[in-house]
Amino acid sequence: MTARVIVVTSGKGGVGKTTATANLAAALANMGKKVVAVDGDVGLRNLDVIMGLENRIVYTLIDALDGTCRLNQTFIRDKRIENLFMIPTAQSRTKDAVTAEQMIEVCDELRREFDYVLVDSPAGIEAGFRNSAAGADEALVVTTPEVSAVRDADRIIGLLESMNKSPIRLIVNRIRPHMVKKGDMLGVSDVLDILAIDLIGMVPDDEAVVTSSNKGEPLVLSSAPPAARAFRNIASRIAGSDVPFMNLELPDSGSLFGKIRRAIWGH
Amino acid sequence: MGFFTNLFGAHNSGKIAKNRLQIVLMHDRSDISPEMMENLRKDIIAVIKNYVEIDENRIELDLEREDSSVALVANIPVMTVRRQRRGNER
Repeated sequence: MTARVIVVTSGKGGVGKTTATANLAAALANMGKKVVAVDGDVGLRNLDVIMGLENRIVYTLIDALDGTCRLNQTFIRDKRIENLFMIPTAQSRTKDAVTAEQMIEVCDELRREFDYVLVDSPAGIEAGFRNSAAGADEALVVTTPEVSAVRDADRIIGLLESMNKSPIRLIVNRIRPHMVKKGDMLGVSDVLDILAIDLIGMVPDDEAVVTSSNKGEPLVLSSAPPAARAFRNIASRIAGSDVPFMNLELPDSGSLFGKIRRAIWGH
Repeated sequence: MGFFTNLFGAHNSGKIAKNRLQIVLMHDRSDISPEMMENLRKDIIAVIKNYVEIDENRIELDLEREDSSVALVANIPVMTVRRQRRGNER
């Protein structure tokens, strides 16, 4: 096997990198691919709790780099989804515990065993981000339709380009269709106009994301939530399928009923 | 007035966000590295020297930013203009 190594990044923190990494890894594995999600955020690890695997950590990536264990001893196999693995990082160390060269070596070793390696990058533009991205071929940039997140995404895109990552594709997360409709939120087309990169998916703001992370259960395993569908679509596009973009427009709000409904419920 | 602009959606905050971002990013992106600026200076000098003699030590080259635009402003003192050969102009 020769995996595609994809770094999931954003610049700004709190826009949904870890959620995106966990859900895309789960969705790709559910499609029958062999996937490993690597926590690249040394010192502020969270991929383990989002994926619900925090109680099963024995060795971390840092232990493998220190020579305490072999790399494959750090793998945590997800019992709910076949072919899904996670490599945790250390919580009690700092970003300098991993170098870019080490990350490249780790990714090259994982490449031989998996179809997809997804690296959850830390926020920021410093060494932590650069090291986590060092071993990746491609990048997914996560942003929300807010000025601060889009501005930081622009900066990250510039850095990823200078690191020769290709393709670099955009996920617009936490879209609130009714606010976009009212003109009170940047729409996906606005964000694309500004950032001028390819879109790989848009994810609506969805309470199910919060409840699934509360429980540590992969959202993409439930069929109904709009965000789950959005992440499954993105996973299919990563795997090369031509899936049409979701229609996040609200149903016929011009009707009298729609107006009354919005007057009462606000959406 | 506020009522009417709201009613017709002329000044909704999404549009304001887009306009502000476009300007902010133009400024962000125009942060050219000193190295790139030096290369730009060298290239400009090389081209201009084909036509006029300039004082290379007194060249000022800067990016100037205003509210909604970024301009590359160059001040290049000319010493002498090279003689044009008549009939041989390209």
